[in-house]
Amino acid sequence: MTENATADDQPLPYPFGNGRQIELERRYAELREAPGLARVQLPYGRDCWLATRYEDAKIVLGDPRFSRAAAVGPDVPRPNPEQPGEGGILMLDPPEHTRIRGVASRAFTARRVERMREHTREIVERLVDEMVERGAPADLVEHVALPLPVMVISEMLGVPYSDRDDFQRWSNAFLSTSLLPPETVIEYGKALRDYMTGLVEQRRAAPTDDLLSAMLRASDEEERITQDELVNLAIAILVAGHETTATQLPNFVYVLDRERDQWDLLLERPDLVPRAVEELVRWVPLGVSSAFPRYAREDVEVGGVLVRAGEPVLASVASANRDRRVFADPDRLDILREDNPHIGFGHGPHHCLGAQLARMELQEGLRALLRKVPTLRVAVGEDELDWKDGMFVRGFRTLPVTW
Amino acid sequence: MSGQRWLVEVDRDVCIGSGMCAGSAPAFFELVDGRSRPLHGEVDADDEVLGAAESCPVEAILVREVGTGRQLAPEE
Ligand code: HEM
Ligand code: SF4
Repeated sequence: MTENATADDQPLPYPFGNGRQIELERRYAELREAPGLARVQLPYGRDCWLATRYEDAKIVLGDPRFSRAAAVGPDVPRPNPEQPGEGGILMLDPPEHTRIRGVASRAFTARRVERMREHTREIVERLVDEMVERGAPADLVEHVALPLPVMVISEMLGVPYSDRDDFQRWSNAFLSTSLLPPETVIEYGKALRDYMTGLVEQRRAAPTDDLLSAMLRASDEEERITQDELVNLAIAILVAGHETTATQLPNFVYVLDRERDQWDLLLERPDLVPRAVEELVRWVPLGVSSAFPRYAREDVEVGGVLVRAGEPVLASVASANRDRRVFADPDRLDILREDNPHIGFGHGPHHCLGAQLARMELQEGLRALLRKVPTLRVAVGEDELDWKDGMFVRGFRTLPVTW
Repeated sequence: MSGQRWLVEVDRDVCIGSGMCAGSAPAFFELVDGRSRPLHGEVDADDEVLGAAESCPVEAILVREVGTGRQLAPEE
């Protein structure tokens, strides 16, 4: 058993693995059962605390005594060499955070997302049909999982889908930990910012009914946010809005391929799809590691450790989602699980802006695959899986499937 | 807005426990058993309350004007 960590202990190297596996790294289970918090050292910045239990993670993410805005400077624990830039929504604390997020949040409510479901279903059914027509084996990422969220978010935001090769490439500036050299990260970040600024200027001249125009109204008429803040927010939505779903849908297919009884159960009972999506979001550790530390504004006790004012703490949602204190038989994927208060979409002020949208896309994606390709299988063996490398999220660059 | 009083309610059957409101407006909301609850049913008008209500992903927070009953959030 791991010993109770103190501030003087030698920190554990973190992340605990390279993310080239779907199982949660075993180290978390040990730490979850050990008293106190762990101390970890990320590739860059200072050492920090790591919370692995559900209750502790919720405190770190949700308690206003913890700050994201304080996570600035060369010392910030992080998986990538670049220092965190200013102004992103994940870098702000309330009330600035509430003001900026409020400009977009109305577009992402459950009610608004529900209105997009029919159209999203048409999109994904067409994508699956086209994949089937092409014939097996096919790359699920290229043909379904990536185009689905890119089409949805570009239409919603008002970013031309035909520009996708450019904005997907530039997005990697925000998605890579070590894939891209720092100069390229800076170059792509600037390219995406210039691109988005150009679109904002177009909407100012000729408003439409997309989210970009709505956000621009909030900026120009209501003076709720500045143009810089608006551009940053739009970039966050575009970037976070495609890579996550595009990575999770193939992850789900891969997991259900290994847990075939659960796939078969879904074929029999498609009404279980929403519950299955919740369970898969709980079970699949999308992040290669926890990556956005919170800083204590004052001394706070978490998990039996006194975190001192000014110290950074990471919360692992993937580990929290496997806490036996909250989830019975936590390491088992069980799509029949009823009580599932997972925090796979985070918790507190930064709770995922796109959670309802992601849920809907993943439900419709899974539904279309179940209905149209019930015999879907992963077409390659474990040794041939094409894992992502050097990115914040774990999953596949390509996933060949057959049926 | 000064002088106005607002009624604040949370529909705990709708709330998904995101922690948005309690984290961004802790003077007005708290999580109890994983769901939100207003700390006070009636409050002085405050942008923080409206901001939290507008950010709620499932629109579980109802804010109305005392007296007129006019609904301020969620947007209808
Ligand atoms: C399966 C899909 C997704 C998962 C698992 C996921 C997960 C998360 C998590 C855990 C956070 C909180 C990070 C933190 O507090 O450190 C977050 C934040 C965020 N997510 Fe997602 N996300 C998903 C899809 C999306 C989509 C489709 C969008 C589209 C708009 C999106 C936009 C955002 C934004 C803008 C934030 C920052 C929110 C803030 O700082 O207030 N996400 N997401
Ligand atoms: S923001 Fe809405 S869903 Fe989240 S805790 Fe508050 S009331 Fe519940």
